[in-house]
Amino acid sequence: MVWLRKRLIFIPLSLFVLLFFIVPLVDLLRSSVSSSGGWTIQHYVSIFQNSFILQAFQNSIQLSFVSAVIALVVTLFAVYAMSLFGETFRTRALLVTNVLSNVSGIPLAFAFIVLLGNSGVFLLLAEHWGIPIGSFSLYSWTGLLFIYVYFQLPLALLLLYPVMEGLKDDWKEAASLLGASPFQFWRRIGIPIIWPSIVGTFSILFANAMGAYASAYALTGSNYNLVAIRIGALLSGDIFAQPELASAIAVLLGVVMVIALILSEWTLRKTRGRLE
Amino acid sequence: MKWLPKSMFILLFCYLSLPVIGTVLYSFATTWHQSILPEGWTLQTYERLFVDAMFWKALGRTVWLAGGSVIVAMVVIVPALLYIVVYFPKYERWIQLLILGVYAFPGIILAVGLLRSYNGTGIPMLLILSGAYVISVVPFIYQSLKNTMNGLNARALMDAAELLGATKWQAFRKVILPLVKTGLFVGALLSFSALVGEFVLINLVVGSKFETIQMYLMKKMSASGHLASAIVVVYLVGIIGLTGAAARLMHSQMKKGAM
Repeated sequence: MVWLRKRLIFIPLSLFVLLFFIVPLVDLLRSSVSSSGGWTIQHYVSIFQNSFILQAFQNSIQLSFVSAVIALVVTLFAVYAMSLFGETFRTRALLVTNVLSNVSGIPLAFAFIVLLGNSGVFLLLAEHWGIPIGSFSLYSWTGLLFIYVYFQLPLALLLLYPVMEGLKDDWKEAASLLGASPFQFWRRIGIPIIWPSIVGTFSILFANAMGAYASAYALTGSNYNLVAIRIGALLSGDIFAQPELASAIAVLLGVVMVIALILSEWTLRKTRGRLE
Repeated sequence: MKWLPKSMFILLFCYLSLPVIGTVLYSFATTWHQSILPEGWTLQTYERLFVDAMFWKALGRTVWLAGGSVIVAMVVIVPALLYIVVYFPKYERWIQLLILGVYAFPGIILAVGLLRSYNGTGIPMLLILSGAYVISVVPFIYQSLKNTMNGLNARALMDAAELLGATKWQAFRKVILPLVKTGLFVGALLSFSALVGEFVLINLVVGSKFETIQMYLMKKMSASGHLASAIVVVYLVGIIGLTGAAARLMHSQMKKGAM
């Protein structure tokens, strides 16, 4: 009884977690394997037989992978550059990044329409000045990549900045005293030390893009074929609503997310140990 | 060899600011087709936006929904979190697991589950959404709280106060609460701005019958680009103001803690 009384204060939060997190996820899992008669794996089988849904997975994975790699490479250089500036400047840069990380979803999609949409400023200027842009469209894979990279950048910077901070100046000095060039330092010491963090950050970015929905939805409605868009369409389609199929796709997406996040937890913990 | 990182840094910040600058310029422009800057300037778009009753209603719904959820979240989450931090540090693992779960199952996944569990049960979906919002802000509140308690032994402080004759409640109110109140306020601000920006859950779980500012923007995007740009600017000013204030508060608090 005393055991319980000491823990009464946890009841409201536990109840919320149960009702609005655990129960929905269990129901999601259950609905993905149930049919009118009983249990079935039919929904999963039909995902793997449906080339349209498989293509959605392919598009999402490629978009998430490429946007994560671009954001990671740019940010690695950028956080290194930040270490060359003074403390006040770095704090300001972090503040700006923090604030800009909130530019996402529908407002972000709209901001890109202004710049790169069909009558976007850059496209009109390019036309006006006769710069060839080929068949660029914001409403395509390439167009979405611009937006995905945008919302990955602040996250990548906020994750990698502390890692770069952890690399001690002494190590660079020691290496250079022993005759190592900066390039050799990074190749033999710097990158190997922070490598797990890079992998961990990559998986967080990858998961972040896999779960994104609003920007792509705002740009293309249900037209562009991504996993998140497919789930939304299967939920809200009036005639074609197939909640069981949506559940099965959501479960597969969840599996991808869990793997990515466990990988990042594990690798980030590893570097933290090294930098201490 | 320093030019490469530096140019990447500049490139990154240009890339991050360009869409924002573009939208701000567009919202004040009459036409913008031929040159780097708009051909003419006007305030009319904002006048049109501010006389639209739908805009104010949507804004009101957003503030109401996000604000209400944050208040419930503070009432439900904060006592439990503080209690864990002070008396049950070993339970922090469970909070961290919950946070990992929140990130692993974002809105697009959770929405399917919420609909499966509660659609057609007669419970208003707006209430369900609000409950899901409470869970989704746990990471912000936990992180802000941890940042202000950095290196603080709350248990020892409580014990010392009690040894000096304070009751548990007094010790909590006079010692712990003043220490963490900035962190809690920052957590509430960040939670509020995150919920104002939320779209997936409300769109899929509740739908267009409860038109928030995000949905109002979505509707106007196809109707009038200029009006939409003004909405985005108003939205960004609000969000940037909120998160900027939160970041500044947190920064000064952490500096104080370091001293």
